[in-house]
Amino acid sequence: MSSNKTLITLTLLFSLSIITGCSELRVLEPKGPVGEDQKELIIYSLWFMLGIVVVVFGLFGYMVFKYRDRPGRGNKDYEPEQDGNLKVEIIWTIIPLIIVTLLSIPTVDTLFDLEKPPQSANEEEPLVVYATSADWKWFFSYPEQGIETVNYLHIPTERPIEFRLSSADSMAALWIPALGGQKYNMAGMQTILYLQADEEGVYDGRNSNFNGEGFSLQTFQVHAEEDTAFKEWVNKIKNEKPELTQDQYNELLKPSIIGEMAFSNTHLEWVDHGTMMGSDYSIKRHQNAYEKKLHLKSLDKADAEEEGDADEAQ
Amino acid sequence: MKLSEFFVTGEPLIYAGMVAIVLVTCAIVFLLTYFKRWGWLWREWLTTVDHKKIGIMYILSALAMLFRGGVDALMMRVQLAFPDLNFLNSQHYNEIFTTHGTVMIIFMAMPFLIGLMNIVVPLQIGARDFAFPYVNALSFWSFFFGALLFNISFVIGGSPDAGWTSYTPLAGAALSPGPGQNFYLLGLQLSGIGTLATGINLMVTILKMRAPGMKLFQMPIFTWSTLVTCFIIIFAFPILTVALALMTIDRIFGAQFFTLTGEGMPMLWANLFWMWGHPEVYIVILPAFGIFSEIIATFANKRLFGYKAMVWSMILIAGLSFLVWVHHFFTMGAGAFVNSVFSVSTMLIAVPTGVKIFNWLGTLYKSKIQFTTPMLWSLAFIPSFVIGGVTGVMLGMAAADYQFHNSYFLIAHFHYVLIAGTVFACFAGLEYWYPKMFGHKLNQKLGKLSFWLFVIGFHITFFPQYFLGLDGMPRRLFDTAPEWFTLNFISTIGAFGMGAGFALFVLNIYYSYKTSPREKTGDSWDGRTLEWATPTPIPHYNFATQPTVKELDAFHDMKKRGETTYDESKLKPIHMPNYSGQPFIMMGLLFFSSFALVFEWIILSAVFLVAVLVMMGIHSFDYDDGYHVEVEDIKRTERQLRGLNDEHTGS
Ligand code: HEM
Ligand SMILES: [Cu+2]
Ligand SMILES: [Cu+2]
Repeated sequence: MSSNKTLITLTLLFSLSIITGCSELRVLEPKGPVGEDQKELIIYSLWFMLGIVVVVFGLFGYMVFKYRDRPGRGNKDYEPEQDGNLKVEIIWTIIPLIIVTLLSIPTVDTLFDLEKPPQSANEEEPLVVYATSADWKWFFSYPEQGIETVNYLHIPTERPIEFRLSSADSMAALWIPALGGQKYNMAGMQTILYLQADEEGVYDGRNSNFNGEGFSLQTFQVHAEEDTAFKEWVNKIKNEKPELTQDQYNELLKPSIIGEMAFSNTHLEWVDHGTMMGSDYSIKRHQNAYEKKLHLKSLDKADAEEEGDADEAQ
Repeated sequence: MKLSEFFVTGEPLIYAGMVAIVLVTCAIVFLLTYFKRWGWLWREWLTTVDHKKIGIMYILSALAMLFRGGVDALMMRVQLAFPDLNFLNSQHYNEIFTTHGTVMIIFMAMPFLIGLMNIVVPLQIGARDFAFPYVNALSFWSFFFGALLFNISFVIGGSPDAGWTSYTPLAGAALSPGPGQNFYLLGLQLSGIGTLATGINLMVTILKMRAPGMKLFQMPIFTWSTLVTCFIIIFAFPILTVALALMTIDRIFGAQFFTLTGEGMPMLWANLFWMWGHPEVYIVILPAFGIFSEIIATFANKRLFGYKAMVWSMILIAGLSFLVWVHHFFTMGAGAFVNSVFSVSTMLIAVPTGVKIFNWLGTLYKSKIQFTTPMLWSLAFIPSFVIGGVTGVMLGMAAADYQFHNSYFLIAHFHYVLIAGTVFACFAGLEYWYPKMFGHKLNQKLGKLSFWLFVIGFHITFFPQYFLGLDGMPRRLFDTAPEWFTLNFISTIGAFGMGAGFALFVLNIYYSYKTSPREKTGDSWDGRTLEWATPTPIPHYNFATQPTVKELDAFHDMKKRGETTYDESKLKPIHMPNYSGQPFIMMGLLFFSSFALVFEWIILSAVFLVAVLVMMGIHSFDYDDGYHVEVEDIKRTERQLRGLNDEHTGS
């Protein structure tokens, strides 16, 4: 009976096949300094965890194999009345304490770092983007640029982004795994999340905090591009896109799935959901909209929009 | 309200569920009538106050709930492996993960463990019943009806769909209209009464009713784990009660504690929920630790290593478990300082937990290990739980948790601790104490087969999920993107392995009932603690004479000294409580009251509530103080059970 051995072999084989199977894990291949800090912390902790696992599995395998009851074992190495040993018990209390200390220091350090914008090469002020969640879509407002996008955003590379997070209704969380960890969006309050992209590219972002029927489709894409390209994009939006009116905005707030949009002003002109005043803005207008279900069947937003339109027509 | 709104309509899966419910109910009614068992059911089970029978009812209900939660799980896994089938739409999926989580924690894990505690703890401390047997029956029926209320939601009214955590504002009346969420609130509230009462009951039992001579630090480790758990229950459950009540008042009576309007504080719910919720996860793991400790010592044929350290680490874990709740929402933006404090307190829990792991290893050192099925579960627990524990520590590092939170990494963590910890312990404990409960062992061959299927299935299911999390797959997603297909598919295969393991486990119950040899002694495994000192089947009064305890591992010690728990010269009449139908009826009425409140039929609900109060009033004038088992009866029972020759036949 070598239950343990089979188990260990299985686990090892398993991890190997998985690690080789998916070469690129978003969290471990970050594209910016925030994600990089977090990845370093994760890898650092992984070494300790691996050490613990190896030691415990080793001891476990040894004990189970060596001390199994088998014919002819007799009473060799058998001490049924042994019930403790102060010295080893102290050792195995102190070692975990040391490990916890060694894990705590960089954790606390990183925690305080993450409260500040990452140090960028050109020492620029962070770009402020208000990210507002509303069931089940994202509004990104750029107050300095005077533009607003829905369900996608552009950011310049190598410049910290200061996301000011809030929600018009349910609690959500803004998560762009390739750039760094998440934070909650809550109605009536504002949380700040700093992220930065160092590499150009298109990254997946989403709401990661379950908030009802449309949760799975509350996603967006982040286009990270060089500063000049970003500025060009801003100008294009400013010149080509219509203004958002309050009526249209109120309509968009209604629980629904919608595609990408852009406007040459921001909704902050009439409401900031991140203040106590803004917390019941949406719910007052759409109190009864939650009675109706969306019947979402796939992650395809276009399908969901059609379904919504069909409902409308009835 | 129209009938079509009352029953859930238009869903083939739910129609199938309804048909199944009707068929099963008809079959049960038919069998009971055909075999004329209605009276038996009432007299022997529905009215019982015997802790052993109540324990069995807890475990049967928990197994049924494990089945229900398991079916939920398999449906989710099918959807995630084959999203193109459109097996479940988003709304369905949300309902299913909500009921899965709630059922597994509240109606499966806790009752299963409480069932084992019910049966084993009084026996381990040499007591004849609980301190308050009547209250114990009340507790069981409160859990039973709470579970019933929660479970009927899927055919009547609609299931809750805001997650087992039911965060506001999502779970409030505005964003989740309809009765679904009310089922959650009242189902938990109703069963919570029972949990709290059991906590108090067991605590008093352990503190006041131990056999003469048994000091606190001579109690079996499972009893210790129960005592510590009771303290957690007593301090944590009132928080849940209040939180549920506030949300119920919000939803049904229009208050604004957790709403977006009227300056409500939705985040308060998250705090209250986890101030109960984190201790709750320790409520379901500490008894599991206790079970493993008993089993490992028994089948290593050795004393438990570091008994005192084991006890103190449980006490420390219990204390710390109240100081870490914020780790469930590090991402709420409380600031670096707050997160640092809770990070450190969270990781500190790993220290006493680690001490326990090493003590189990120490118990195996220089032992003689027998690989019985309960021992296999306990051994598999050690490495599996370590994986869950170390990833828990990684989650505790708040700065890294920003990346893990709400992802499949988290899902993998808590399934590694809850399944490898609690579920393995439930199986192990059931197989270990099974001969005490039913007079025969479970078949070892089938047991081992089901063990291997379940354990291997478990690792195949949940190990890949760590990687899905690291790749950014969030939890509670109803559909998967193509890049996550492979790992999800592997995970689903594993889930079916676990399902097969569970099916085999249940089959084994039937098979062993038919074929296992009946136990001849009460000491099925060469046990070390007092439950094995009783004959099998256990007489309803448990111990003819209470043993005097001088040592830890009391029965081990008694066997060495040639003592038993039957000393004819010391027999005295035994005082026992009478059975009563009141707990069943009272909780039944409370069930109807809660059901009416779910649909906001306030007056009807109040009527039933008044009926409950009247019954309480009546009971307070009840002077029934039980009966005595006479010495002659005890003699007859014990002689027969112990196979002693009876020189006074016919006297
Ligand atoms: C070594 C000890 C442990 C540590 C350090 C630990 C740490 C954590 C942390 C930090 C989280 C929150 C992660 C997040 O939401 O981002 C978490 C979640 C969770 N843990 Fe643990 N944990 C430990 C042991 C356990 C045990 C023993 C159980 C239960 C048997 C458990 C059950 C859970 C559950 C159910 C959740 C998730 C609840 C949810 O969000 O639905 N954990 N754990
Ligand atoms: Cu908040
Ligand atoms: Cu916790």
